[in-house]
This record gives sequence, C-alpha cells and structure tokens, in this order.
Amino acid sequence: MQPFAHLLEALVHTPRRTAKLELLKDYFRDTPDPDRGWALAALAGGLELPNLTPSVIRGVAEARVDPVLFRLSYDFVGDLAETTALIWPEPPTPPGPAPGLDEVVQTLQSATRSDRPGLLSALFDRLDASARFALIKLCTGGMRVGVSARLARTALAEGFGRPLERIEELWFVLEPPYADLFRWLEGGPEPEADLSLAFRPMMLANPIEGERLTTLAPADFAAETKWDGIRVQAVATETGRRLYSRTGEDLGPAFPDLLDAMSWRGCVDGELLIVEGGEVRPFADLQTRLGRKKVTAKMLAELPAHIRAYDLLHDGRRDLRALPYDARRARLARWAQAHGAPRLDLSAEIPFEDWPELAARRDAQRDEGEEGLMLKRRDAPYTGGRPIGPWWKWKRDPLTADCVLMYAQRGHGKRSSYYSDYTFGAWEETEDGPRLAPVGKAYSGFTDEELIELDRWVRANMTERFGPVRAVKPGLVLEVAFDALQASARHRSGLAMRFPRIKRIRWDKPIEEADRLETLRAMIPG
Amino acid sequence: MRAATDLLELRPEGLYCPPAGVYIDPHRPVARAVVTHGHGDHCRPGSRALLATPETVAIAAARYGRDAFARAQALAPGETLQLGDATIRLVPAGHVLGSAQVVIEAHGRRAVVSGDYKRAPDPTCAPFEPVPCDLFVTEATFGLPVFRHPPVAEEIARLLASVAAHPERCHAIGAYALGKAQRLIAELRAAGWDRPIFLHGALVGLCRVYEREGVPLGPLEQVGSQGKALAGEIVLAPPGALNDRWARRLPDPVICAASGWMRVRQRAKQRGVELPLVVSDHADWEELTATILETQAETVWVTHGAEEALCHWCAGRGIDARPLALAGRGEEEAM
Repeated sequence: MQPFAHLLEALVHTPRRTAKLELLKDYFRDTPDPDRGWALAALAGGLELPNLTPSVIRGVAEARVDPVLFRLSYDFVGDLAETTALIWPEPPTPPGPAPGLDEVVQTLQSATRSDRPGLLSALFDRLDASARFALIKLCTGGMRVGVSARLARTALAEGFGRPLERIEELWFVLEPPYADLFRWLEGGPEPEADLSLAFRPMMLANPIEGERLTTLAPADFAAETKWDGIRVQAVATETGRRLYSRTGEDLGPAFPDLLDAMSWRGCVDGELLIVEGGEVRPFADLQTRLGRKKVTAKMLAELPAHIRAYDLLHDGRRDLRALPYDARRARLARWAQAHGAPRLDLSAEIPFEDWPELAARRDAQRDEGEEGLMLKRRDAPYTGGRPIGPWWKWKRDPLTADCVLMYAQRGHGKRSSYYSDYTFGAWEETEDGPRLAPVGKAYSGFTDEELIELDRWVRANMTERFGPVRAVKPGLVLEVAFDALQASARHRSGLAMRFPRIKRIRWDKPIEEADRLETLRAMIPG
Repeated sequence: MRAATDLLELRPEGLYCPPAGVYIDPHRPVARAVVTHGHGDHCRPGSRALLATPETVAIAAARYGRDAFARAQALAPGETLQLGDATIRLVPAGHVLGSAQVVIEAHGRRAVVSGDYKRAPDPTCAPFEPVPCDLFVTEATFGLPVFRHPPVAEEIARLLASVAAHPERCHAIGAYALGKAQRLIAELRAAGWDRPIFLHGALVGLCRVYEREGVPLGPLEQVGSQGKALAGEIVLAPPGALNDRWARRLPDPVICAASGWMRVRQRAKQRGVELPLVVSDHADWEELTATILETQAETVWVTHGAEEALCHWCAGRGIDARPLALAGRGEEEAM
C-alpha cells in the first residue's frame, strides 16, 4: 500500500506528462504482482470496490476523534478523505505490518456491509497518513491525480517496450489485477482473449492547409464532411455491444439508446451526434449527454443520439482493415443501407473535380455540426494511430473577432510565472454607454516572444485582483480566432466560443474599435 | 490577591501589561514594546523603546535599520528586569533565533506570553523551556489535530533524494527569510550536504546575522546572474519569488516549499509546489496540547490560528480558555 500511496502523492504534485510517465513506468516495473495490477486498475478506472459513502468514512473517523475537532478540521482541509487520513490517531505501535495493496483490495471486496467500518478502522491503524488517504480514495473512486487510462497504458507500452495499440486492443477483455497482461509485458506469451468486442485503435487525420493541398492529386482522394461531434467506434457481436471513444473509453453507459439500436454485427467508425428530425444539434447538446451515469427518459427523448458512419472495420466477423478505403467504403454503403436508420446513417461522400471546387464547397459550410472536410486516400488501408499521408483534415477557416483584454491569470507548469490565460470581451451597449462583456478565454496561439510581451503588458496594467485572477485596464486589442459561436445561457454575453485562440495581438488598434457584442451574436448560426 | 488575568489586557495597539506599562508585540507604534521575536507580524518598527533578547535586537536592526526604535534594550535569557510593579523575564521559545516567551510576575501571579514556539529540536536556536504559570497566552497557528509535523530529518532526506534523482534540475525551496531559511540550511549541513547553498538576495542579510550570532551555516552564495549554472544545486528564496519572474533564471527548477501547511495536499497543489516539505517553526497539535498541560495554567488565551479547536480541547480538560483576537496576525507561513 505504501508504494502505491507514494506514487499517488508524487503524481498529484507532478504537472508534466513526461514526468508522470516516468513515475508510472518505475512503479509498474518495480512493483510485484498482483499489487501493480490493482494499482493499474485503480488509475485506469477499472477497480470495483464496495462504494463507501462519506457518512461511513465520517462515522469511522468520529468513533476515534472528538466530532467537534473533526468538524473544525474538515472545515479547514475541505476534503473528507484528507481530513480523515491526517487526523487519524495512530497507535504508538501499529497492530501489524502495513498491508499490501492486494490485501487491502481482498479485504474490502470480501467485506459485508456491516463489517466495513471495523475493517477500515483496522486498516487505518496499520497505515500512515499518505496510505490512509490512498485507501479512502480507492473506496470512494476517483484518484484525481491527473492520470487518464490512456496515460497509464502508455506507461505500460513505454516501460515494457510493447506496442500501445496492442495493449489497447487487449485492454477491454482483460480483468484486474491483469496478471496475464504483465506476464506478456515482461516477455511471456500474449494473453488469450476473444477480441471481437475489443477496441480497435482508431485511424486519425493530420491537419492540412490550402497551400499544401495543391501538391496532392485530387483523383487520389475522397472527400466528406468533418462532423462536429465525437469520434466513436461502435462494435456489436453475438456476445455484446460496445461504444468506444477515440481513446478507447467506454461511452456505452451514457448512450443506452444507441446500444439498443445496434442490432447489427460488425464494427463501425463514425461520428456521435445528436440528430433530431434530420438536423444535427449543436455540440453543446451532445455535451450535456456526455459523462452521465444515469440518463433520464426526458433526455433520451429530447436529445436522441446518432452515429454518422465514416468507415467499416468489421463486417460481421470479417476484418476489413487491410482493404483499401474505396473497397471499405463500398461495403459500408451497402451495410448502412441494410442496418442503418433511424440511428445510423452514412456520412455522404462529396464529389469534386479539383481543389478550388472543393474549397468553395468548404467555404460554403455554415451549418452547425460541420467542422470542415476530411480527405482520405482511396488506396489506403485502415491503420491505427496518426499516419502522415492517408488522411487529412481540412478545417473550415476560423471566424475572428477583435476583442479587448479584460482579465489575466497565470498558467501552469512551465508557464506558472507568466500571465498566460487571457479573458477578453466585446463592447456591449448599455444605458450608461458602452461596457465590456467577457466573451471568451484563450491560452494559446501566441509565440513565446509574444507571451513575454503580453506578460509584461499585464503586469504593467493590473488594476484589481480576484484570487488568482488579475483585472487589467482596458487597453489592448486581441484578434481572436475561433471555430464557432453558439448561444449560451450560462454566460452573461449570451454566447460561447468554440476553440478560441489568440490570432494576433493588435498593439496598434484603439480599444474603441474592437467588435461589438451584437456583431458576435450575429455569427451564431440559425 | 489579584487575578492572573489582571496582568494582561487587550487594547487596540495589542496585548498590554498594566502593572509593567508595556505592550507585547504591539501592531502599532507605542511607547514601550516587549517583542518576542523578529518576524514582521510581531516586531514592527516605530515604537520608542524596544525590549527583546540580544539576538532579536540584532535582527530588528538588520531588518529595519538602527533608527527604527529610539531605544533598544537587550535582555538576555536568565536576566530579570523590574518594570513598574512587575518583573519581566525572557525565556527561549524555540521558534527562531532570539525567540522568547515573555514571563510576567506581579501581585503574586505569573503570566506567560509564548509568542510563536515549537518543541521540535532546531540547531539554530535555543530550545523552548516550559514555565509553570497561572495564565498562558499561546499561539495556535497549527491548532488543529490534522497537523502533525514529521521529524525534520525525514523531510530533508526526501529533499536530498529528489536532488539525487534530478541532477539536471535545480531545487528551489520557498522559505521565510527569517528562521526557516537558516534552519533548512543547518539541517542540510547536518545531513551531510556541504556544497554551497544558493540564496535569493532577500535572504543574505539575515543569514549573515545568524552567522554573527554564532550559528554556522557553511558556504553560501547569492544566485545573482549565475542562475542557469545551478543544475543539481539547492536554492533558497522567499516563496513569492518562486512563482514569479525571478525564478525564470533557474534551470528547470523543482519548486519546493517548506512549511507546516504542506501537510495539506490541496494547499501544496494550489501553490504549484512539486515537492512539498512539511517543515514548520510552529508547534503542531500534539506540541500545543502537551505544552498547555506542562504549564499547568488554569487560564489559557489562544491567539492567531485555529483558536476554536484548541479552546474546545481545553474546555474538555477543565481549563478555562478563550480566543484572543489579535489584529494583524495571519498565515505568516503561507507567504
């Protein structure tokens, strides 16, 4: 338990991805089975332990500590797990050696509801504060140490020199504590597994610009719309149905309506959208359905989920990935005809003769849900990862607006000494004259040199502080680029920007000439 | 015979001792101030007369200049001074160099004002001596049972392990300029770190005072313009400098902070600390409660910090305790 606790503690204080990877690699290499497998499951979100409610934990603590002192401490610390871990009165000599992760997991898994408080108490006595904290987090779920399942698997791939794609394929059929996985990682035989329901590593596209495009032959490529939803992979076999995100996370629980509709056999790659009456709804509507553990009937009725199919990886049991795109596409068209409607349709191919024609088509895209175009080489097989050449994404030119810098905040990690997060606004007409209304926040798009200049400007023009946020005197215009504007009830300005970034710093432009809020509102489609 | 609580009262300027006619750690200039130690929230310039330990007098002069107090009188531990109807003694508090408790005796009663204190050993200052008394005025910076400071040697060992693991980076520790910085240096020396330790300019003067007062700190250098050459080295700076432009001169620093608050993970995370070190110059919960029992005081006044918890604890043991709201005291260590 102690090594796992130290790992969590180091991870929480380590902001950098590369440094987190090093910590994880060392841990997985140095820790024996089955402890490391349980740790992997805990980090990647696959560990099932009886859920302990806050009131159980509090009860265990208050049986040992004066409740008034506990309450005052909790008020100060602000986190129940940490308060309990820190305040626990350690016996002068622990009643036994510190338990390993395996013992902890076995104990909790086999405990009855009424046994749990007593067992927890006994475990606390044998652990230090850091390990008590880790134990409580195991029981309440959510490690919150900035490690995604994908990062944990990447650490395995890098740490043991095995391909990440293969680990991701195996992942969903293996069970904690993953003894067979680690045996293979350390040079043993590959785990035997039925991979028919497993996630297939997705093929991703690289961005391309107009100039580069002219070096490609139009006849080599097929074009289709890049829909603004979530890339998904939907697999259905006789034994089950799965809906995966681009990184292999299981989205199924949030979309029972889609799973119900997947009565076909095969594996399809497509875009998850909310489609109502044939219309693609804004991304914000999709967002409200994401990450829900429970989906209400109202939500299912009002925001029906839909797959717009891009590619077919398996037709029944037949693996199509080695076929050229054109051949897969032809099968997909037939397949969608047979199995589609109402929850699945084909993302239509866009015929074109040359690049200018396609560019005109792209410029005409104004609908919600269209992010640009995808270009796919007609002869390319489906390969996981982001190979350069076969697939390109040609995004719509961003929209821009001239906004006034209003607030700045320091960044994280390497940027922690720089004011690098900028909130900007547009002019709003009020009874008292024009006033700035915040419309978005951006922390990218500028060069390192520009960051130094922006930081200097912020420091010289600060007026007020609100916690970590600094208000600045209106005086600097930022040209902001963004992919779309959507109506939003959550923001005072009534709009929400998608992917805002700083395009140019307009040192030259007087703030009075920045854009008005009405101008921005007019960019909201529909 | 009068009550022990007649020995002290709270006035707008701070804690006042009527029989002696002096203020203790006043937060505004007064005629006569007794000062427990040199930290800015206890020792403020401008009072006409200052009474403190010789070390605190030297520290006050280094921080505020020789003219900050019209008259400064040193009272060494062990000496007694008659002031009006009271006798005053200064007894070591173990907080920083020169830190002292103020022991006041009058009308057959004894009151002790602890100032800030700790019970853990510290090579840079004399250890705390408990004084039995009727009224004990205690600090409570870490007056919650979640605060348990680990042995400092463990924290220094974690620091040195991280230094060894990251030879290409420098370790920059945020530490208060008076006390914390010198204690860390002395503990690093005790752990065998004999390389030069690099200082932010704001720390240099007080380190010199410590050395003049007989606390050896080993080779020290100012960071100055040699920042990028400091890979593998240990740098000390005021906490505020580490999150700001000053730190950009350092080679990929591991930001560390040495403070009792570092025991709370979320606090460390909020401040962007990569290596939190739980090193405090204040008493933790166990030390606070043990000290109160040792003084055998019937009455306890609790100042700056988590007064409520400590008062509740005292009440449970039949000790009459109440919070003393002193203005101008905050989370000095959180800076």
